[in-house]
Amino acid sequence: MTFKPGRKGLPTHRRAFLGGGLAMGMAALGGDATAAAPASPPLAARMPDSMKTLGGADLAYGQPSVHEQAVQRLAHPSTAQTAGFAIWRTPLQHQRGIITPSGLHFSVHHNGLPDIAPDRHALMVHGLVKRPLRFDLERLLRYPMVSRIHFLECAGNSATNALSPTAMNQTLGDLAGEVSCAEWTGVPLSYLLNEAGLKEGATWVVAEGADGGSHARSLPLSALLKDGFVALYQNGERLRPSQGYPMRLFMPGWEGNVNVKWLHRLEVTDQPAYTKDESGLYAQVLDNGQIERFAFHMDVKSVITHPSGLQTLPEARGFYEIGGLAWSGHGRIAKVEVSVDGGKSWALAQLHAPVLDRAFTRFTVPWQWDGKKATLMSRATDEQGRSQPARSEWKRKYAMQSFHHYNAVQAWRVGTDGRVENVYA
Amino acid sequence: MRRPGAALGLVGVWLLAAAAQAQPLQPITQPAMAPTTPPGIGLGLPLPQAQIDRFSITIFPDGRNLPTGQGSVAQGARLYQAQCAACHGDTGIEGPAARLAGSDGFFGWSDPLRVLRIRKYPLLVLSVGARWPYATTLFDYVRRAMPHPAPKSLSDDEVYALTAHLLHLNGLVPSTAVMNREALVRVTMPGLARTVSAWPPTAQ
Repeated sequence: MTFKPGRKGLPTHRRAFLGGGLAMGMAALGGDATAAAPASPPLAARMPDSMKTLGGADLAYGQPSVHEQAVQRLAHPSTAQTAGFAIWRTPLQHQRGIITPSGLHFSVHHNGLPDIAPDRHALMVHGLVKRPLRFDLERLLRYPMVSRIHFLECAGNSATNALSPTAMNQTLGDLAGEVSCAEWTGVPLSYLLNEAGLKEGATWVVAEGADGGSHARSLPLSALLKDGFVALYQNGERLRPSQGYPMRLFMPGWEGNVNVKWLHRLEVTDQPAYTKDESGLYAQVLDNGQIERFAFHMDVKSVITHPSGLQTLPEARGFYEIGGLAWSGHGRIAKVEVSVDGGKSWALAQLHAPVLDRAFTRFTVPWQWDGKKATLMSRATDEQGRSQPARSEWKRKYAMQSFHHYNAVQAWRVGTDGRVENVYA
Repeated sequence: MRRPGAALGLVGVWLLAAAAQAQPLQPITQPAMAPTTPPGIGLGLPLPQAQIDRFSITIFPDGRNLPTGQGSVAQGARLYQAQCAACHGDTGIEGPAARLAGSDGFFGWSDPLRVLRIRKYPLLVLSVGARWPYATTLFDYVRRAMPHPAPKSLSDDEVYALTAHLLHLNGLVPSTAVMNREALVRVTMPGLARTVSAWPPTAQ
């Protein structure tokens, strides 16, 4: 198949212009030069409305087309008693490309969305440090910054597929939309921690947010020094409130919950605090009844976004491009294999550049559908050789009620009517 | 696992071009984090001890940072009905908010509708009595985050009382118990013996 990003990527009005120019050229070539000019109707008579009227005004802050308003984050239903606990999922079935638009980035809030005035917010660093410090936002913005493209995934992403004994017929966003990918820009934590001066015995850091519940997680100091940063920008603009405005902790490849939003305090310590989430919800019961804590990394995973759950293929045979996204909290994606026969045979998918460390990688495979029932699956392998398990294999490792860090192969059944649904295969 | 390139073995499904196109891409390296502070920044301001004391609310498993004060199971039971029962249920197991007592999550093993309930509320499958390894976390979390609509509105004595009540609901302290900073660290939680740590990770 030929991929022409330049042509396909043209904005509609530009493409229409080119088309119009071509039409005019054809008319000029084929026209009869001797014909009387007045008989020719004005061009407007054969042009669509958009080409014969002056366009409307643009906006100060651009918005998606009014025709794309169906592309929204998907809210997990909550009750009055759980109103502060909100899950907003990315509609991955609409995403083509590795960057999730900021307004569609998933978020999980445990205590609602705080309203924080940036001029009254500061990051405090204290505990086992020689010089306890505070970093006003204005000062933090003057530090050298790094920019990194990374995925962010909730530990509980794909909980439905992990828990439900039968496959729920939902969209990809509903099933696995607690993952997104963005460019994050901010200040390496090593700058700030080293400026405060680490004391002997410092091994953990308790990171805390300035939200109603003072969300807190304990993180190993060595990992924070190597990879952690205070993110101030997302996709080139300051963080959205639902991503922790004005600042959040970012740990590439680690479960979303440790990427503390509305970050305001780092307490350097010699032990983890066993905060609420590392004690309960974000600990995972293993098959043998043991409770596994501090499983920070999100494992290698992939999903076919096109076609995916609740979509319908418009014609019951013919050419379709299978496309999807793969990522791993351990490094780069090395390969993605795709099957259309429920895993009996696999083919290598094309990976699209850039293939980045701990970021979404887009993959595609051309498919000639013969119109018969098909089961589509994708299986990613990262550069460390980690690969996705089958669902049954994943379930064997954990207790029945465990659902975190689910990374089993996702399967979609395409029916003869072109309808696509979630299946376990 | 089957070897890549098996595309040719697929009957009449794949375009042959698929295998030919699928070549590994040259990886693009994101620059590593700078290991040390570049010289001459030093923009952090001194953080006064009073500011540290004002915000430093984290309680550690060894009891470090627990405040003075105390509360009894009986006091906690009354507070619980007024402040907590609306979301956590009369005995801490009814929900809809997270289950506070018992050996399993919010959905009991004997619940005939267990599967349906898990489907509806998968994130609420957790418990305090069974999973939490240290009783200090109860005090820490109730004080910083509860009650959900009015976090940080309880006094330290009230938080000690609620902690005592929740421990009693789990059968971990008697009904006459009083919790304070000495007593709380002596409580052994069942979740501790079951705890294993995935950090530091072992090589694959």
